[in-house]
Amino acid sequence: MVIYGIALLGICTLIGLIIGKFLGSLFGIDANVGGIGIAMFLLMYCSSSLNTKLKIGDVSEKGITFWSMIYIPIVVAMAAKQNVIGALDGGLMAIVAGIVVVVVSFLFIPIITNYKKDR
Amino acid sequence: MNLIQEILIQNNLITAFVFVGLIVYLSYYLSDKFTNGRFHGSAIAIILGLIFAYIAGVFTNGEKGVSDIAILSGVGLLGGSMLRDFAIVATAYGAKFSDLRSSGFVGIFSLFFGVVLSFTLGALIAIAFGYEDPKSITTIGAGTVTFVVGPISGSAIGANSEVIALSIAAGLVKSILVMTITPLVAKRIGLNNPKSAMVFGGLMGTNSGVAAGLAAVDPKLVPYGAMTATFYTAVGCLIVPSILFFLVDLLF
Repeated sequence: MVIYGIALLGICTLIGLIIGKFLGSLFGIDANVGGIGIAMFLLMYCSSSLNTKLKIGDVSEKGITFWSMIYIPIVVAMAAKQNVIGALDGGLMAIVAGIVVVVVSFLFIPIITNYKKDR
Repeated sequence: MNLIQEILIQNNLITAFVFVGLIVYLSYYLSDKFTNGRFHGSAIAIILGLIFAYIAGVFTNGEKGVSDIAILSGVGLLGGSMLRDFAIVATAYGAKFSDLRSSGFVGIFSLFFGVVLSFTLGALIAIAFGYEDPKSITTIGAGTVTFVVGPISGSAIGANSEVIALSIAAGLVKSILVMTITPLVAKRIGLNNPKSAMVFGGLMGTNSGVAAGLAAVDPKLVPYGAMTATFYTAVGCLIVPSILFFLVDLLF
């Protein structure tokens, strides 16, 4: 049943978000601390153990893969609802700050990724 | 005409599916026709989405892009945090634990390094633009971490609202730049494996930027980048208004 996959995905997401919210309140901040990351861990754990112990079946799997494939269209919708004017209206400083941070961070990606290899 | 509009508004999520579908179709057409597929269709779709958001903002004076237009209000739901989070979690299905473990340390390192790096650069730029009080410097630095960390830190340490608005703008610029630049530079910075995707997520941190940027490079990398990015805002919210503000306060 395709709903089993969707429900499993839902369970992982909700548990992750609840733990994330709880961690946030523990630190006294009104934000979800890593909830999505925890949910992803849960789903990865399920997907690796499900194939061996619990069989959810190919059709159920489609309930999950559908959502991972619809991901890009969701990102496009997310882009279409951004406050682009707000970003550009923030003035020169906001734009300079954004550009500098992004460019410098990009430069560090290969440095950090390859650090261990070099030693 | 009113009748059609009424149906489109009542079924706004379905209208949003059609709207996004058309954008994606157009994008892949443009990608094929004019760039021979070298510039990825999904990257064009994201840029088109941003352009539409800009145009919509001009006409509606709203803050939510095209979703401020009644018939496209469903785009707000489709691109909102609920479905986005659901889909991000789904991308983890089939990702490998072994890949995570082998790059776990470098992922965590990039997370803390990324927050401190972004904050420092943002703070330096604030100083260069003439800000002198530690609260404003910290808040603008927080904004360059992400547009969530900016207002949270700003209100925690009592910065004025004008500075908080600036910090949100800086975070938005960062997020949009990450969305658009990532596919262009991915090859040059070696962003083609789970490890570098985790570093990327940890250094950039902006959830929407990382998610969209990686989606346009290689959807298989999304879970790895999202995994570190999801902790980024939290780390920022923890250390910016506390340790980093304290340090800035000592120096100024």
